[in-house]
Amino acid sequence: MSNLALGALEVGKTLTPEAVLFWILAPLAVVAALGMLFAKKAVHSALLLAWVMVTLAIFYIAQDALFLGIVQIVVYTGAVMMLFLFILMLVGVDSADSLVESIRGQRSAAIVAAIGLSGLILSLISRATIGVEAIGLKDANSGGNVQGLASELFTKYVFAFEVVSALLITAALGAMVLAQSTTTKSRTAQRDQSIARFRGASLATAAGLPGSGVYARHNAVDVPALLPDGTPAPLSVSATLEARGDMLSSKPFELEVKEEEED
Amino acid sequence: MTTSTSLVYLIALPLFSAGLLLILGRIADKWGHIFATLVSASVFIIGALEFFAMQGREGEARAATQKLFEWISVGSFKVDAALLLDQLSICFVLLISGVGTLIHIYSIAYMSHDRDRRRFFAYLNLFIAAMLLLVLGDSYLNLYVGWEGVGLASYLLIGFWNQKPAYATAAKKAFVANRVGDVGLSLAIMIAFTQFGTVTFAGVKESASGASAGALTAIGAMLLLAAAGKSAQFPLQSWLGDAMAGPTPVSALIHAATMVTAGVYLITRSNFIFDASPTAQLMVVCVGATTLLFGALIGTAKDDIKKALAASTMSQIGYMILATGLGPVGYAFAIMHLLTHGFFKAGMFLGAGSVMHGMNDEVNMRRYGAIRKVMPITAATFGLGYLAILGVPPFAGFYSKDKIIETAFNAGGVQGILLGGATLFGAAVTAFYMTRVFVLTFTGTKRWDENAHPHEPSILMWLPMVILAIGSVTSGFLLSTGNALVNWLEPVVNESQEHHEHEFLPPIVVSSMALTFVAIGVGLAIFKYRTVPTQAPENVSIFTRAARKDLYQDSFNEAVFMRPGQRLTSALVTTDNKVVDGLVSLVGWLVQTIAGATRAIQNGYVRSYALIMVLGVIALLGAIWMVTL
Amino acid sequence: MDISNYIYLSAILFTIGAIGVVIRRNAIVVFMCIELMLNAANLAFVTFSRIHGNLAGQVASFFTMVVAACEVVVGLAIIVTIYRSRRSASVDDASLLKR
Repeated sequence: MSNLALGALEVGKTLTPEAVLFWILAPLAVVAALGMLFAKKAVHSALLLAWVMVTLAIFYIAQDALFLGIVQIVVYTGAVMMLFLFILMLVGVDSADSLVESIRGQRSAAIVAAIGLSGLILSLISRATIGVEAIGLKDANSGGNVQGLASELFTKYVFAFEVVSALLITAALGAMVLAQSTTTKSRTAQRDQSIARFRGASLATAAGLPGSGVYARHNAVDVPALLPDGTPAPLSVSATLEARGDMLSSKPFELEVKEEEED
Repeated sequence: MTTSTSLVYLIALPLFSAGLLLILGRIADKWGHIFATLVSASVFIIGALEFFAMQGREGEARAATQKLFEWISVGSFKVDAALLLDQLSICFVLLISGVGTLIHIYSIAYMSHDRDRRRFFAYLNLFIAAMLLLVLGDSYLNLYVGWEGVGLASYLLIGFWNQKPAYATAAKKAFVANRVGDVGLSLAIMIAFTQFGTVTFAGVKESASGASAGALTAIGAMLLLAAAGKSAQFPLQSWLGDAMAGPTPVSALIHAATMVTAGVYLITRSNFIFDASPTAQLMVVCVGATTLLFGALIGTAKDDIKKALAASTMSQIGYMILATGLGPVGYAFAIMHLLTHGFFKAGMFLGAGSVMHGMNDEVNMRRYGAIRKVMPITAATFGLGYLAILGVPPFAGFYSKDKIIETAFNAGGVQGILLGGATLFGAAVTAFYMTRVFVLTFTGTKRWDENAHPHEPSILMWLPMVILAIGSVTSGFLLSTGNALVNWLEPVVNESQEHHEHEFLPPIVVSSMALTFVAIGVGLAIFKYRTVPTQAPENVSIFTRAARKDLYQDSFNEAVFMRPGQRLTSALVTTDNKVVDGLVSLVGWLVQTIAGATRAIQNGYVRSYALIMVLGVIALLGAIWMVTL
Repeated sequence: MDISNYIYLSAILFTIGAIGVVIRRNAIVVFMCIELMLNAANLAFVTFSRIHGNLAGQVASFFTMVVAACEVVVGLAIIVTIYRSRRSASVDDASLLKR
């Protein structure tokens, strides 16, 4: 697959297939990035970022960085973005930023900064890269991309490699420490919990919520149970399901109210 | 030039005494005055010994010098602290220490009721030391130290009773007027240094002939300004009347005999400058003539006996200054008049003090009258001084004043006639107002206050007066017999060069004219003051009104110098407060405002900080972009 | 097609990420924008490696990925901790340093 990588090894210009690839995927990547920027829900931003990362992986592979492209998909999109999504779920899936900007002048300054930054970087790059010709990685990848990377990594950059591995260990430890929750008060025992339940605001919740299937005409968590007077009980379905709109109506399962049934 | 080792004691002894009395304070109250008087007497004795020694020497060896230490040595400017005692200085040394000692003796009794008597004597000794330094200095700079010293002593003594604000103000006025003159002396020294490279008298004398006329005139004008300040000549004469606020011995010593004559000494000492610059000499005679008339006119309307005598001093010094401007022949006569004036004016001041002492410090002559009946010694000594100042032969003033009138006429041409006429007229007016003083005080009817009982003072007071009266009688004769003083001073003032080139009128004619004018003045005064009203009359002529107001000298000074000066000062103060301070507070306000504005950036929001970081990156990229342009 | 087109793309993505940090208020979305910036830099590195014909750029990109992963781990842990104590994931709520 490496040598067939769309003729990217030609000196100077890249060939038409790569051009086509670029000109289709690059605008999509930019649109996705902008969408990530302006999406209201955080989950949408995460998914769009994942799209950008995959596009970048394709670009890496197109540029003969095969190892990196695979690592991008596996580590970045696979692990890091999944981590983001997990945390989003912890923090609040439905968390959405309001559109009103609280800091005065932030929006306009940001627009100015955007134009300025992009303009400057682009013009500088254009000046720096005028007439630059790509040598290509044909020689560097002569033993294979992975082998080439490995020989660089474990000879020239072995020290950095070791330091980065120490960093990984430290990060893992740090996350573990941070994720611990310090309990400042001891856990209440069963007897104390029971006492608290019966001394609560009303005895309605003294026995706790019913498990799924109790009072049920339909044996699932997404259908509300029926109260004795036939109305759906609000407490019987998880609030998350309700917020997500996954709660089903209990209408089909309600009994017809007949005179002789009430005894 | 002989080298001497004893000159320094002339200055060191009174200086040491002054310091001792001031430092010891109240401890020295019992004996301070005696000690100071003894010191003054010993200075006179040393001076007299030096005089006799000098007479024993001949020619060049007469002058004695003593170098104390090397004072200034900066690059090409070298000045030694050295003393020079020559024929001119010894006259002053004897006058200062002699009259000074007599006044010390007088003050023991005069100030006996004052609890600060010791301090008074300390200041008197300080004055003696400073004045001697003035006349013994061998360079303009050494003279300047003494010059400043006598100014300081005058200030301290005029304002001796500074519990009264008016007296303290009078002291300040004297000091400020002196200061204006001191500027002149400083400038003269500076010009002398730039022109000649030296400021010693000998050095300047040698180089004077080679200097440009402009430089010599400038130096002469500046020296004249200095002399006018110290000697109360026009235009710096306004302080002398107010200086009478000091105790009478001070007026006698400083403002009659010695300090006010320092200007005459300065001009005489700088004879080589003035002889080489006719323009400066012309300025000198103009100042002298103006002042002698000015003082005489003021003196006619003064009812305060001390102020009348002060006006008389101003006028007589005008005579001396006039004489110094008449060329080499005039210097000796100026010094002669200075010495005789020292005797009779100091005597008259002491007499006035004695009268005041007896009349409970009353100074208004309209409250005197017929004092001679109860204070005969005072009247006699005062009378002898009065005759001397009139110029009646054979008393002292006759010899010195007539010589000046003669020399004025001998100046030749229109200038001679004008000057001679001015001096004659001045003599007449002098006769008028001095007779007025004498008549009002000692003769006529009693106009005393109820509780005044005038009496003759103690021997400590009348003995000095008698000695001074003897001087008033004999000194003129002794100084002019055989041209004694003229010959004595000749090596210093180079008189032999121009000796009687032109005699306008024979001396006897001049003397007769002078006596005639004097007689007219005396007669007028006696006639006018047969009866004396106790209150000063209101409807008087415009001249009298002007004379009462010192010919508007204070009004003029205030309008021309003081008010604009005050306005300038307040304008500068306002500028300093508004502009300079305003600038400083502007800087502070600016910093505060900028800080207040930039503080708003710190709003605690991470996002705005991130925005600032992005803007910083843009700035950095912009800079790179510019560099690679 | 010029090879520098990739670098242009990288620049544009970088700018979008930078503006996202400034505009968005949700802490996690801000973090995601930071990740976008890191990725844009990686793309530039890979392109440079291709331009110069050696693998140094790819090694740099590799290290960047590793470090970014560590950073995400620790950063998200911090966000979770803050969320637990303040019950809010908005960046604006951590404004105690205001004047």
